Amino acid sequence: MKIAITSMGESLDSKVDPRFGRAAFFLVGDTETMDFSAIRNENVSAGGGAGTSSAKTVIDSGAEAVVTGNCGPNAERTLSAAGVKLYVGVTGTVAEAIDLFRNGKLEEAEGPNVQSHSGTGN
Amino acid sequence: MMKIAIASGKGGTGKTTIATNLAWVVGASGRKVQYLDCDVEEPNGHIFLKPTIEKTRVVTVDVPEVDSDKCTGCGECGRICRYSAIIHIRDSNVLIFEQLCHSCGGCLRVCLADAISWKPLAIGDIETGKAGDVGFVHGRLRIGQVRTPSLIGEVKRCIQADSLAIIDVPPGTSCPVVEALRGVDFVLLVTEPTPFGLNDLKLAVGLVREMGLAFAVAVNRCGIGNDAVEKYCRGENIDIILRLPDDRRIAEAYSSGQMIADVLTEHREKFSELHEFINGASAKM
Repeated sequence: MKIAITSMGESLDSKVDPRFGRAAFFLVGDTETMDFSAIRNENVSAGGGAGTSSAKTVIDSGAEAVVTGNCGPNAERTLSAAGVKLYVGVTGTVAEAIDLFRNGKLEEAEGPNVQSHSGTGN
Repeated sequence: MMKIAIASGKGGTGKTTIATNLAWVVGASGRKVQYLDCDVEEPNGHIFLKPTIEKTRVVTVDVPEVDSDKCTGCGECGRICRYSAIIHIRDSNVLIFEQLCHSCGGCLRVCLADAISWKPLAIGDIETGKAGDVGFVHGRLRIGQVRTPSLIGEVKRCIQADSLAIIDVPPGTSCPVVEALRGVDFVLLVTEPTPFGLNDLKLAVGLVREMGLAFAVAVNRCGIGNDAVEKYCRGENIDIILRLPDDRRIAEAYSSGQMIADVLTEHREKFSELHEFINGASAKM
């Protein structure tokens, strides 16, 4: 399955970025082939709308699921409208997050887990 | 007629106290005056002026609405939006985030299918009326709405050309403050003689200078804190045109929703002097 993980760096050893909309990178790839590539997030310092535009980036990448720390209501609504599954509360490295996902250890989020603008000022 | 803004960097310095009392004293002098509360997120001038509200109207802003039958799914609307308020997912699936929209109209212009139209979004209410001889206007932003400057702009459109307008500005130095100050003739920056008051006064002075507005300072609660505000104003050649003492009776009048000018006649003179100063300033313009 093609998934996107929010990441602080470009490699699988990077830490999962706890913010969705303002994550530094999205590591997007197939959990079967383990072929992942990094998309630099242009919305890191957006004035507003980072959640919706980051969701758009992920949707356009073709990912069917997002693994992240926190996701606010606007991003969640966008991902959900596109049928992208959402997994929140994930910490550790991206490689560890992929392992958890592959082993079915992550539980799908039922909605946003933080308020709008939670990722600003961090 | 002259438009005077009562502003401050710091909250709780006495903007509303000064703005309402000034309006009250000017009204009592027989001059036509309006008090406009632009602190629309938490207006409270009405507590002191106790106006009779004569008219209420809803203020709306335009936000886009997509007709999915007409939408061809080209995605141009999402690409033009600087605020990511309209997101094209795929096909004719377009999401609109009204709270992110700034009503620029970009999406309407680029839509070749003519599938996007405006719809009104209620952001707040304006109430107008009379408080004795003072014309009263205030805006109230609705809970959950974020278009503060839009509502402030509408409050200011209630200014009557033949009236002296006294504008009660929200605290701080951000967008709502800029909107409230835009186009005024004179700004009175209210502060208190404390390190907090001075810090935020400097921010406010930076803003009004950037906007090229004429201004002076009012110091409230004189007697507390230190003399750093006085020294700063002297050093920067800023006039202090009103000083209100730290007087328990002022606090008592305030906390029971009374006008200082009514209850403490010795302070009434100070507002008359402020009115004189403003008259003098407007004569020079």
